[in-house]
Order: sequence, then structure tokens, then C-alpha cells
Amino acid sequence: MDIDLIANILFAAIRTGTPLLLVALGELVCEKSGVLNLGQEGMMLMGAVTGFIAAFHTGSIVAGVLCAILAGIGMALLFGLVALSLNASQVASGLALSIFGVGLSGFVGSNYIGKPLQGLGTLTIPGLSDIPLFGRALFSHDIFVYLSVLLCVLVYFFFKRSRVGLIVKAVGESPEAAQAIGLPVLTVRYLAVMFGGAMAGLAGAYLSLVYTPLWADNMTAGRGWIALALVVFAGWRAERVLLGAYLFGVASMLHLVLQSYDLALAPNLLATIPYVATILALVAMSTNQAKVKLHTPAALGKPFHSSD
Amino acid sequence: MNPHERSTLTANDNVYPLVLANISKQYPGCLANNNISLRIKPGTIHALLGENGAGKSTLLKIIYGLVQPDAGRIIWEGKAIDIVSPAHARRLGIGMVFQQFALFESLTVQENIVLGLSKKSTRNMHAVARRISDVANQYGMAVEPQRPVHTLSAGERQRVEIVRCLMQDTKLLILDEPTSALTPPEVDALFTTLRQLAAQGTSILFISHKLQEVQGLCDSASILRDGAVVASCIPAQHSTASLAEMMVGAAAPLLQNCTRTTSEDVYLRVTNLSLASDKLFGVNLQDINLSVRAGEIVGIAGVAGNGQSELLSALGGAQLCQRDEEIRLAGVAIGAMPADERRQHGLAVVPEQRLGQAAVGAMSLRDNGLLTGFRQGLVKRGILQTQAIDNFATTIIHDYSVKCDGSEALANSLSGGNLQKFVIGRELLQNPICLVAAHPAWGIDVAAAIVVHNALFSLRDSGSAIVIISEDLDELFSICDRVGALYRGRLSALKPTVDTSSEAVGQWMVGVFDGPQQRWPGSGVNSKQQCE
Amino acid sequence: MLTLLVGAMLFATLGKDPLATLYAFFIMPVSDLYGLSELGVKAAPILLCATGLAICYRANVWNIGAEGQFLLGGLVGSWTALALLDAVGFWVLPVVLLAGSAAGAGWAAIPALLKTRFNCNEILTTIMLNYIGLNLLLYAVHGPLQDPAGYNFPESALFSDSATLPILLDGTRVHPGVVLALLAVLLVWLLLSKTFLGFQLRVLGKDAGAARFAGFRIRRLIWVALLLCGGLAGLAGVAEVTGPIGQLIPQISPGYGYAAIIVAFLGRLHPVGILFASLLMALLYMGGEMVQIEMGLPLALTGVFQGLLLFFLLACDVLIGYRIRFITSRPARVPVACAE
Repeated sequence: MDIDLIANILFAAIRTGTPLLLVALGELVCEKSGVLNLGQEGMMLMGAVTGFIAAFHTGSIVAGVLCAILAGIGMALLFGLVALSLNASQVASGLALSIFGVGLSGFVGSNYIGKPLQGLGTLTIPGLSDIPLFGRALFSHDIFVYLSVLLCVLVYFFFKRSRVGLIVKAVGESPEAAQAIGLPVLTVRYLAVMFGGAMAGLAGAYLSLVYTPLWADNMTAGRGWIALALVVFAGWRAERVLLGAYLFGVASMLHLVLQSYDLALAPNLLATIPYVATILALVAMSTNQAKVKLHTPAALGKPFHSSD
Repeated sequence: MNPHERSTLTANDNVYPLVLANISKQYPGCLANNNISLRIKPGTIHALLGENGAGKSTLLKIIYGLVQPDAGRIIWEGKAIDIVSPAHARRLGIGMVFQQFALFESLTVQENIVLGLSKKSTRNMHAVARRISDVANQYGMAVEPQRPVHTLSAGERQRVEIVRCLMQDTKLLILDEPTSALTPPEVDALFTTLRQLAAQGTSILFISHKLQEVQGLCDSASILRDGAVVASCIPAQHSTASLAEMMVGAAAPLLQNCTRTTSEDVYLRVTNLSLASDKLFGVNLQDINLSVRAGEIVGIAGVAGNGQSELLSALGGAQLCQRDEEIRLAGVAIGAMPADERRQHGLAVVPEQRLGQAAVGAMSLRDNGLLTGFRQGLVKRGILQTQAIDNFATTIIHDYSVKCDGSEALANSLSGGNLQKFVIGRELLQNPICLVAAHPAWGIDVAAAIVVHNALFSLRDSGSAIVIISEDLDELFSICDRVGALYRGRLSALKPTVDTSSEAVGQWMVGVFDGPQQRWPGSGVNSKQQCE
Repeated sequence: MLTLLVGAMLFATLGKDPLATLYAFFIMPVSDLYGLSELGVKAAPILLCATGLAICYRANVWNIGAEGQFLLGGLVGSWTALALLDAVGFWVLPVVLLAGSAAGAGWAAIPALLKTRFNCNEILTTIMLNYIGLNLLLYAVHGPLQDPAGYNFPESALFSDSATLPILLDGTRVHPGVVLALLAVLLVWLLLSKTFLGFQLRVLGKDAGAARFAGFRIRRLIWVALLLCGGLAGLAGVAEVTGPIGQLIPQISPGYGYAAIIVAFLGRLHPVGILFASLLMALLYMGGEMVQIEMGLPLALTGVFQGLLLFFLLACDVLIGYRIRFITSRPARVPVACAE
């Protein structure tokens, strides 16, 4: 395998990992506050379709991205209403959100399938991208890639340093204790869920505006679910989410490697690789239960009934 | 003494930090607070005395803004107000130390304290850290700011909670059953701190059902029974007996020991049991040795979180041991045997939590009877025998006078005491040769506790072996024949209750195991380092 | 009801006559005997999957993988049928059905193993297996199981008569799979309400801690729930390919496995409730096709309706729960027994 191929794979892996990174960061914050939102797939799809439609009509990527983020937040609020305010089961509400998102995005986007859109150019960092071997792979991406890394750093320091991050962690560990010392549990959880929605919307927009760029039914192809697994895999830590996302990116690019060895597998079999990788990653992480429990927000998925 | 103190508000009321006037709170099926009035003077320690279910917790929640009263007024520093939330209560200067501590296990002491402070006061972390150690030193409560809370003992956690309250300007400090998880020396230290605080002008509301404590510490007391204040008094001026009568009313005595069947047969023998906890921040059991004879009740004391739940899981079979021989039931090695097979060999278990372990809240009593009683002919070839299941539940309800709406009532509609009677009855109806029970009288009223204890006595007298794991030393001393204590997953030697004292057991509870039977290296205070 | 209302508004905003569209959606498909029989044919696979899911959800095992188990049932069933293309005899069909059922159960055994052995979250593993299952199916119809005489269309050869479910009623497509589905409802109902195994599953779902202390074998129960569900979903899959379809094609499931999740909840996880819910869901599918033909509305409408239905269900459940609590909290001594 030559160096160019490795650089190519790295480049593609980062691109492929970026939407995963975005969704997973959103879900990470959401889960840290103790809310398990299984609706990532639905929120992502809505973000993708809304972003595409907005960009298609305005011709502006920025407008598309903003609309996608708003759509994600809107979906997240729907989830918040049912799962937080009405205290329905978080698992069931999240599933409903995903099923709803798949249906609604398919419905809304049915007239836009296959329509072309001008994609987003790359933002090559002068100097750095000229570094031999891996310069191009690391420093000649579109702005979303850099943004996602920046967000990852922000989330990292949010939990490491900030008081608000501490509050989010506290609410996720014991909402009862948090309420007892006067922290606004419901507000914190709503904000975390909305952040998750915004990030999923952004990730969806990245897919439909930059990565492909077009709209197709179910175009997220399970990335929302993989992101959920990624959060578990990363042990609820932002820096590991980044690593995990790019590892999944590499796994998705494995067919490039196989082709280079003239190992032509059927495309449908190749397509299973990311999903198989997800399961393997889950197995690897979940086997050590003590470690998983240590990092899992203690109140994850449990509804919080304010006393009275 | 005026049994129904009138709450005529006078101009004087603004010298009291807190006045409650005619507070009432209705819950479905129970009037938790009935027209309660009380005043707390500045710089005094006021006791709220009452048995479980008397309405103490509801009143606390009302004062702390967790629950809104249906009727009545709260006057804070002379002004009538509604306390709408805990945040509001804290801003007013009301601090609360919870019975089940409101701490975050995975965070450090300092982070826990910072979370309780306002945003403004936490900008400079170094200053906060300095203030923590200032406050802690001033009141003789050593805390280590950088330690994660899950490594702390119950006493240390309580100190963190108190320090957290004192970091802001607390005018009224509420402590809910603060001594229930403490060892006797820790109780003394706590009382010293509280007296010091009161002397500096802080009012303290001290909730307890332990009479001697209240007599020793408190300046005044309000006694609650069935949701109402039945008396207000100065506790030091009354005898323990008269306080108890005010609190409980007349109560039936415990059964006398009549025909006891004792033998030298060891029904339960635990040999060198070591087991890693499967819980997060759990305690590993180390080298537990224990033998219980037929017709004997053995008590295991200990501060909560020293391996009690792990020992219960190991004995009951919720977690299996490495080797079969570690536990023997009437000679049969059952250490690695699943819980249902242990039952077949005559083991019965009353777990710690009534809902969530002993019973399923969302299921009917008849289903809950079936839950562990399935070996009593309730299932034939995998098919449920409806009639037999009904009879089983009805028998329990009748024999143990469980107050409920028949066998179809949901378990979570019962009061704690009645559910406990049902659970004990269900286990006893299976005629176990050995019963393992966790704090059987915890959180239930005196009448129910007497039913439960009498049931245990009659099981003992019929020749079964009983193990009671409890944090309540008084309970252990009143019902057990021999007693030992757990400390960080190790068990002290067992001694006959008549030959020991609660002070001695208190020493075991902090790891000072005495006597010639101390045969495990590293046990005692030194194990503190080893266990971490 | 709310779903209907929102649906009507949706149609109105799309510039269609809401009543006419609703009529086309919900009434037209079942206005004749053939329509009714089609309803049964469409409901059968959903019903099979949903009854299986009910077992899982009662036991708090979040199996989202009925879709994948369905697809694998169809895939392996087809493979068996194609392998037995030349065989004639009454035994062929049972073998094919069993193979499909076993494949579904086998697919469900993966999350069962991963959950009981490695503590893997079953939601994520079953979802992943859905995607893997779909890709395997696509691989099969494009590759090994493709009809050599099929002009390179991605579909298998037609199955032999011996491997095809017979038609029970002339002029319709009602096949024995419908009967099997009804039988499954009955059996699962008996299992859940009359047997100790069913009781253990229910206890596990309501309170895993209590199940542990009562000594129930939790791992075994998880296996049972997943295998039963997988078997039923696999049966649904193989009944589809050997029944109404008659060959393996890429689109053997228009999301039946996901729809079954909604049906299971809509039917309150009770087999009889699920029976009615599956008919409603079948109607949604048929209505979706009908309005596509009649009104030119996109087929994805069905999905929108499905999602709405589940959301309203969740919200209404909670609201009804609140009302009961509110009513009981007024009089002093009313038992807190809540009727569902």
C-alpha cells in the first residue's frame, strides 16, 4: 500500500467521520444531562432535508445550514415536550422521533430527490496543506470539518472547566440531588436536548449540502444510530468521540484498501462494514462493565419526576 | 404543654426566623400534615420528633420548597411568603442536610460544594477552596476538597453537606435524621458542631425519632403524630418514657421468649467468603466468616455502604459466589447456586428495598406473592394456578394483617409498613430453614415493626436460623442473640448481645475489631489504606 | 383521532380536499371484499412481528430489529425454496417456513448473545443488524440468488408450487400466513398471561431488580424473548416471500419491522390490542398507496402518519395518566389503582 493511498484514505475518513462527530457531540451533551435521545436519525434527516430545500431555493449554503439547525432544534423540542415535560419513556419517545423523522423527511423531500446543488468548496489552509504526505489529508477540507473539530474542543473544555458543564454533569448523575440544591433540572435538560438537535441538524446539513450534495430518502443510512453507539464507545468523552468518529471513517473507507489489493467484494457486502464495525466497537467497549458504569451518566434514560 | 397550640400571630413573630401557621398537606389516601403550627427561635436547636409516617418529611419538604402546602402560612423573618423551590429556600438562608445525601458521587467534594453556591461566588476557585477549608476548620469538620465523594464514608458525606450549607449565609439549618448513618463517635462530633452553630445564632431544626438524642441536644421540641403536632415541650424536662408515649401512643409489647427451640445445628455457614461488588462504587466482601445456628437470630451492624447490600446479594443469590463451599445452607453448598434453587433448599430473603427488590410496585399483591412463592404449588408444569395464587396472597394479607384493598391492590399503593408485613409474610409462609433480612423495621411505624419482630421471633422459636442486617443498633440489640459489624467489606467476630454493648459494636463499625478472634491480617483501621 | 385531525390539516395545506383525501386514505381501500382481504394479507406480517416485539417489550428488551429478522427470514426462506426448486411434496413448504423462522431467530440470537455475554445495548445492535440484513438481502438478489434467466433484474426465480403458500379464498390473496399470524396472537397471549414463563418475562420488564432477587434467570429470559420474537419475525418474512410475493425481491418489506414497533405500542403490548392495531397499520399502508394513485400524494405520507401516531400515543398515555392521578388525589380515601 503506498503513501498516497493512505493519505487518500485519511482524507476520506475525516470527511466521512465529520457528520458522525457532529451528531455524537450533540448526543454526548444530551446524555451527560441524563437524557437518552434515540431520535438522532430522525433529527439528522430533518436537518438534511430542510437544509437542502432552503439552500436549493435561496442558493445560499449558510441559509441552508441555519434552517437545518432550526429544524433539528424543532425536532428536539418535540422530543423534549413528550419525554421531559410529559415524562413519557425516553426510549419510546426517541424511537418515535426517529420513525417520525424518517417519514416526514421522506414526505417533505419527495419533490427534491435527485435535484442538483452546488456543493461547498474546500478551505485549504495555506502552508500546512503543503506539508508532504499528510498535509492535504489534514488541512484541505471544507469549513465544516474544522468547525467540528473546534466544537469538539469546546465541548471538551465545557465539561472540563466550566461551571455550566459541571451543572450538566450533576443533573445527569442525580436530578434529585440537583433539584435539592436548587439547580434548574428541567431547563438544563431542555437546553442539552436542544443542543443535541442543533448538532444533528448541522450534521444532516453537512450530508445533504456538502458531503454528497443532494437529497435522497433515508440518506443518513443509520449514521444517527452509529453516533449513538459512538458515544458509548467513547465512554462519554469528547476527545474519544473525535477519535472514534475518524476510526469509523477509516472503517467505511476500507473498500478502498480492499480494491487496492484487488479484493473485489460485492458493494452490498462492503456497505455492511461500518455497521459490523459498530457492533464490534460496542462489544469491545461493553465487555468491561465496570469501566462503562464509571463513565455512564448515572441517571441516563430515567425520567425525572419533580417531587410533589 | 398545649396539645393544639394556637397560632395566633403576634407582633413578636418577627423575632422568629421561621413560623409555620396551620400548615396542611393532603396526599391521596393520607393527610400528611394536619394544621401544623410551630415556631423556631433564633440560635436554638428545635426537635421535630415523631415516628415513621408521622409527617415529618412532608413538613420538611414544605419548608424547603420541594412541596407546596394545601393550606397554612409560612412566615420567614416576620414576612409571610411562599417558598416556591429549593433554590428559593437556599436564597432565603434555609439549608438542608438530607437523610439520603444530595451529593454527586462521581464529582469531588469541592465540585459538590461549588454546585451549591451562586455563580458569582465561584468565580475564583482558589478563594472557594480556601473558604471551604476555613469553614471546615472553624467547625471541626475536616473535608478534603479534591476527594471524589464516592470514596467518602457516610459521616464524611454528611460533613460535606453541612459545609455546603455553611458556605452560604444559612440562618436555618435543617437536618433530617442526621444520626441514622453515623457511628457513636461521629454523632458526638456532630452534636458539638451543632451546639457551636446554635451558639453563633443559627437556628437548627433537628428531625429524629431517637429520644435520648433529642433530650441531650435540643432546646425545644414539637412532637408529631399522624400528621399533627400533639405536643410541644422542652425535652430535657420529660422522661424518655413520657416522650415515647406522646410520640407513639400506647403500644403493644414485644412477644416474650417462650418455648425456644435451640440446637447446635448450624443452618447457615459462611466460610471465607470474598466477592467483588458488581455495583459502581460498591464494596468488595473480604473473608467473611459467619455461622448461624438453628433457633438463633444473628445481627450484622454497620454504617450504610460497608458491604451490607453486597452481603445480602451474596447470601440471597442475586450475585453468585466463586465457589459453592463459601456458603452452606444446612450442610448443602449453595455459594454458586442461583437464587431460585437456594429457595428450594429452604432459604428466604427480605431484601433492602421494598419496591425494586422485594416487590414489583406496578404489580398486584397476588402477583407479588407469586414472585418468590412460586415453589408453593402456585405453578404446575409452567402454568399459573390462579386459585392457588389467590389463596396464597389472601393468606398473607390475613395472617399478617396487611392493610390493603384485597389481593388485587398494587404493591405501590401500600404504605411501607404494610408492604413490609406482606413481604415478611410471603417469605415466612414458605417455612424457610434460614431467613436473611435487611433492616426489617426500617422506615415503618412502631405498630408494624412489632408485627414484623414478633413474626421473626416465632420463626426463630420454630427452629429456623435468622440473619438480620441492619444499621439500627437499637433494633439489633432488642431482637438478636449474637451481633457483629461490617466495616469496608469485612465482618467482625460475632458476640452474644448480652456480653457486649452498643459502644463496643460502635467500635467495630469503624473497623476496630477487638478480641482474640481477630484473625484476619489487615483488618481494623489499617485496612483503610488497603481497601482503596 | 388526533392523528386524523392533523392528517386532515396536512392534506388541506397540500391543497387537496381533506375529506376526500381521508376518504381515499381510510375508507376506499376497504370498501369491498377484496379490499378487506387485502387488509388481512397486509396486516399478517405486521401482526407477526408486533406480537413478537410485544414479548420483548414486556420483558424490557428493546428489540428494534424485527425488520432485520423479517428480512433474514425472507432471505433464508427464499434460499431454501430455491434450493428445493425441483423438489415436489407436501414437506417442502414446512421446511421452507421453518428455515425462514429459524433464520429470524438466529438473527435475533446475535443481539441476545451480545447482550447476555457482552452487555451490549440491544437497541444499537439490533438497529445495526437491520442495516446489515438489508445489505445481505440486496447482495443476494444481485448475486447468488439472482434469477439467471431474469435479464439481470435484481430478483430471484419464482418459487415452485410446492414452496408457495396456497390461496385460501378464491379471488383474494389470503394465504395460510394470515392464519399463522392469528394463531401466534393466541399463543403469545396464553404465554404472557397464563404461564410462569410469561410471568417471569413481565416481572423482568417491570422491575429487573425484583426479578433478580426472586431468582429468575434473567439471561435465559432475554434469550427466550429475543428468539421468540426473531422466530415470529422470520416467519413473517418467509410467509411474505412464499405467499403474496412468490419470489425474492429487494423490497420485500416496506418497513414492516418498524411499523410493528408502533403497532406493539398502539396495542398496549397486549396481543389482542395488537391485532386491532395491526389492522389499522395495514390500512395506513393501503391508504398511502391509494392516495398516491388517486391524489398523487407521495407514498412517504404513510411514514408521517406512523410517526404521528406513535407520538400522539405517547403524549396521550401520559395525559390520561395525569388525569387519573388528578382525580384520585381529591377525595381522601380512594385507592390509587389506575385503570388503563
